[in-house]
Amino acid sequence: MRFNRWVAIFVLVIFSAAILLSGCGQKQAATTTGENVIKVGVIAPLSGDVKTFGESVKNGVDLAVSELKDGKLGNFKIEVIPGDDRNDPKEATNLATKLITEDKVSAIIGAVTSKCSIPVSQLAQQYKVLMITPTSTAEKVTLDENGKRKDYVFRVCFIDPFQGTVAAKFALNDLQAKTAAVLYDQGNDYTVGLSEVFKKDFEAGGGKIVASESYTNQDTDFSAILSKIAPKNPDVLYLPDYYQKVSLIAKQARDKGIKAVFLGGDGWDSPSIDQAAMNGGYFTNHYSVEDPRPQVQDWVKKYQAKYGKRPDSFATLGYEAAQVLFKAIETTNSGDPTKLRDAIQNMTIEAVTAKISFDKNGNPVKPLAIIQYKDNKQVFVKKMTP
Amino acid sequence: MFQKTNKMLLMVIGAVVLYVLLKIMITTGVINPYWQRVLFYSLIVTIGALGLGIIYGFTGQFSLGHAAFVGLGAYSAGYFSKTFGQYGGLSFIGALLVGMVFAGLMGFLIGVPVLRLKSDYLGIATLGFGFIVKVALDNADKIIPELGGARGMVGTPQVANLEWLFFTALIVIVLTRNFIFSTYGRACTSIREDETAADMIGVNTFKTKLMAFTFGCALAGLGGGLYAHTYPFICPGDFYFLQSFDYLIVVVLGGLGSMTGTVVTAIGWAFLLEGLRFVLGPQFVDFRGVIYALILIITILVRRQGIFGGKEFGFLVPQVRREKPDAALRG
Amino acid sequence: MESFIQQVINGLQLGLMYALIALGYTMVYGTIGLINFAHGDVFMIGAFVGYLGYSSWGLPWPVAIIVSMAVCAALGVIIERIAYRPLRYAPKIAALISAIGVSFFLEYGSSLKFIFGPDYRVVQRPFRSITWNLGGVSITNIQVVIMAVVIIFLLFLLFLVFKTKIGAAMRTVSFDHDAARLMGVDVDKTISFTFAIGSALAAVGGVLYAIAYPQIYPFMGIMPGLKAFTAAVLGGIGQIPGAVLGSLIMGQVETMTAAYISSQLRDAIAFAILILVLLIRPSGILGRSQQEKI
Repeated sequence: MRFNRWVAIFVLVIFSAAILLSGCGQKQAATTTGENVIKVGVIAPLSGDVKTFGESVKNGVDLAVSELKDGKLGNFKIEVIPGDDRNDPKEATNLATKLITEDKVSAIIGAVTSKCSIPVSQLAQQYKVLMITPTSTAEKVTLDENGKRKDYVFRVCFIDPFQGTVAAKFALNDLQAKTAAVLYDQGNDYTVGLSEVFKKDFEAGGGKIVASESYTNQDTDFSAILSKIAPKNPDVLYLPDYYQKVSLIAKQARDKGIKAVFLGGDGWDSPSIDQAAMNGGYFTNHYSVEDPRPQVQDWVKKYQAKYGKRPDSFATLGYEAAQVLFKAIETTNSGDPTKLRDAIQNMTIEAVTAKISFDKNGNPVKPLAIIQYKDNKQVFVKKMTP
Repeated sequence: MFQKTNKMLLMVIGAVVLYVLLKIMITTGVINPYWQRVLFYSLIVTIGALGLGIIYGFTGQFSLGHAAFVGLGAYSAGYFSKTFGQYGGLSFIGALLVGMVFAGLMGFLIGVPVLRLKSDYLGIATLGFGFIVKVALDNADKIIPELGGARGMVGTPQVANLEWLFFTALIVIVLTRNFIFSTYGRACTSIREDETAADMIGVNTFKTKLMAFTFGCALAGLGGGLYAHTYPFICPGDFYFLQSFDYLIVVVLGGLGSMTGTVVTAIGWAFLLEGLRFVLGPQFVDFRGVIYALILIITILVRRQGIFGGKEFGFLVPQVRREKPDAALRG
Repeated sequence: MESFIQQVINGLQLGLMYALIALGYTMVYGTIGLINFAHGDVFMIGAFVGYLGYSSWGLPWPVAIIVSMAVCAALGVIIERIAYRPLRYAPKIAALISAIGVSFFLEYGSSLKFIFGPDYRVVQRPFRSITWNLGGVSITNIQVVIMAVVIIFLLFLLFLVFKTKIGAAMRTVSFDHDAARLMGVDVDKTISFTFAIGSALAAVGGVLYAIAYPQIYPFMGIMPGLKAFTAAVLGGIGQIPGAVLGSLIMGQVETMTAAYISSQLRDAIAFAILILVLLIRPSGILGRSQQEKI
C-alpha cells in the first residue's frame, strides 16, 4: 500500500510536469508574438548518424541569418528555432507539430532527408505554414500521392528524376558510354530514386545496364558486388549516394580493377569526399565553385571564413533556402505564410547557385552543372538541362 | 466478490475521469496539438510495449525483433486503410484488426521454429527476423507498389484521435491483465521462472510460449496499425532494430513482469524524449542523445529491478493472489 | 572459377573483420555472461584514437596503435566499473540495458563538436595498399595483415585463457563468483582485466578496420558490432574459436549471397541462414549444449 502511494505521487509528478511544460510553452509564445517577430523553424538531423548533414544545413541558414542587419528584415526580427529530428520521420512529425502549434512559426526550413520532409510537408500544408526544404529530392515532398500540389511547400534542390535524366544523357552523349553499372542503397529513397531514373533513361537512350546492385547504408565492404561487376567491364559506374559512401565504394572499385568512369549526383559535393579515390569522376551539381558569378565566389569565401571549411551541398542549399525565404519576407514585408507562398511562387531570385524561379510543382528551375573531380579539385565541365 | 466489483468499478471510474480530463484539456487547448501528438505516441508505445511485456516480462522469451512486428502491423493496416478507406470508422477497425492479425500470424509462424531457442540465442534469431522484415519492406514496392518500398508509404488516413487511442489502450490493458492473471498467464510466469519445473508440473511449455508470443506480436501489430493512422508517413527505417531496443528499454525500465511499470514507463519515455527539447533549448539540441543515454544508465543503476520491479497498481490486480510475482526475479 | 576464388577471399576479409570484434565480445561474454553492446563503440573510439594518433598527433603508427589500445583498455575498465559492476548480481537484462545506454552515450557523445565531431572522415592509410595478383585473384597486403592479426589474437587468447594463471581465474569466475572468491580469486580484478583485454582488442580491430575501409565516424561501430555479435552467437558465444568460426561463416554467407543470389536480399538470406543454423545447433556451432539440471 505504501508503495502504491509512492507510485501515485510519481505518476502525478510526471503528469503535472507535462502539463506545466505545455503551459510554459504557450506563455512564451504569447509574449513574443506581440512584437514584430517572424519565427522560422529549422528541422534537421542535429544528432544521430547523419548529424553532419543537418549541421551543414543549419550552418548555411545561420550564415544567412547573420547577414541580416541586426537580425531584422524590414520591420521584422527574424527568430530561428532549430530542432533535431534524428533523421526519424516520427520525430520530424512531432517536431513540426511543435514548431507550428506551439512556437507558431511562419515558415519551416527543412527537413533534410526526404523521409522526414514528406510528413512535415503534410503538416505544413494542413496548417498552412510555408515550408522550404533545402535538400529533399523525393517528388512526394511537394506533391501528395494523387499528384496534387501541396502549395505551401517548396524546395531549392533538384528532384530525383531530374538528376538521373541528366546523368544518363551525359553518360550517353558526352562520355559515349555503351554500358553502365549502377550501385545504390536500397534503404535510401534518394539513391533508389536517382538510380531508377538513370537506369530507365540510359536504356531508353540505347545504352545497356550490365549490373544493378544494392547495399545497405551501414555497409563498408562492397567487394562482393564490385567483384561481380568487374568482369562485366562497364564504361560508367553510376554511384548516386552521399559523399561518405561513394568515397568507400570508389576506392574499393579501383582496388578491384574497375576502370569505369564514376558518375554521381549532388550528394558528392563535399570537402569530406575522398578526392583521390574519386579522381576523374563526374557528378551533377547545383553550381560550380569556379563559377565567376559573385554570389558563388562570395558564398564560398564567407563560409570558409566562418566555419573553416568549404561548403558542401547541404550548406549551400540551406543558405539558398534561407535566401529565398528572406527575399519573400522582404518583398511582402509580412510574415503571413500565404503571402510568402505567393511571393515565392512568382519569384525570380539571384540565389547562390543560380538565378532561380519556381515551377508549378514548387521545384526550382535552374540549370544543372556537371562537375569533375580532377587532381583533388572540382573542375566545371558544362551546364545541362534535361 | 464485493471487493472485486469494487475494483472494477474503481478502474472504470478512473478511466472515465481520466478521459474526460484529457478531453477537456484538449478541447480547451491546455494540451495543444503538439502535446496531443506526444500523448498519442506514448499510448502507441504503451500498446506495443505491453506486447513485449507479455513476451519478455511475463514469459521470459527474449525478443529483439519487436519493432519488426510493429512494422508489419503498420504496413498491413495502412495498406488495408488505403484500399478500403472509404468506410470511415468501420474500415479503421478493419485496418486495426488486419494489422493485429497479420502481425500475430507472422509472430506465430516465426515463433513455431524459433521459440525452441533459449535466451540470447532467441534474441539473435528474432533480431535476424527484424533484418529480414526490413529487407522485405525495403523491396515491397516491387510486388505491391502502394507500399512504397524504401520511399515509404504515404496516404494512410489520419483518423486516430484521443477516443480511439485512449480506449484501445484501455482495452489492451484490461485484456493483458486478464491474460496475465488467467491460467495461461500463470503458466507463462511459471515458464519465466523455470521452464523445466513448469514442464514438470504439466504446463505445455511450447504451446504456452507460442501463445504468449503470438499475443504479444498481435499487440505490436495493433500498435503499428494505430501508428500508421497517427503519423502520415511510414517507412521501413521506422521499424529497425534500434526501435526494437526502444521497446526493450521501456519494458525493462518499467520492471519485468509489471504491467503498471510498462504503461507508466512507456508514457514517461515518450514524454522524456520530447521534453528534453524544452529542457535543453536551441543551444544544446545536439546534447539530447547524450542526456537520454545518461538518464537510461542512471535509472537502471538506481532501480535495477526496473522502476516498478514486478509490482502492480492495486486496481490492476484481481483479488486472489497467492504469491508475489517478483520473488524469483531477484535471483 | 577465378571470380569464385576472388569472392571467397572477399568473404574471408569481411569475416576476419568480424572476427576482430567478435573475439572481444565473446571473451567478455564467456567470463561474465554479459552482452556488452558498447563493445562496437569502444571499437569506434579505438579507430578514432588510433587514426588521430598517427595523423594529427604525429605518432608513428605502431605507437598510435599502442596508445589507442591503452586508451580503450582504460575506457573498458571504467565502463565496467561504473555501468556494469553495480549490476553484477542484478538480472542480466539490467546490465544489458546499461550497456545499450553506454553505447548510446559513446555514440552521441563522440559526435559532439568538441569531442570527435559528427563528420565522416577520410582515413589516410599509414602504409600503402599493395595488391598482389595471383592468377587473376587479387590479394592485398592489408588482408594479409588482418589475417595475421586475427590468428595472433586467437592464439594469444587461447594461451591466455587456458595456459595462464589469470586465464584460470577467468574460467573460474565464469563458473561461479562465490566459489571463485573462496578459491582466492580476486573477482573484481579478474573481470576488470577481462574488460581491459577485450577493449584493447577492440582498439586494434578499430584501427585495422579504419585502414581496410578508410573512413571513420561516431556511429561506425553499430553495424560491425551487431554483426560481430551475431557471428559470435552463431559460433557459440563464449567459445573463443567459435567466434572466429562464426565470423568466417558470416563473412562467406554475406559475400556469397550478394555475389551469387541477390544483393538486394543479402541481409534477409544471411539472417535466414543464421536462424536455420541456430535451429539445428541451438547453442551455436561450437557451443556446448546445456544439460538441464533438475
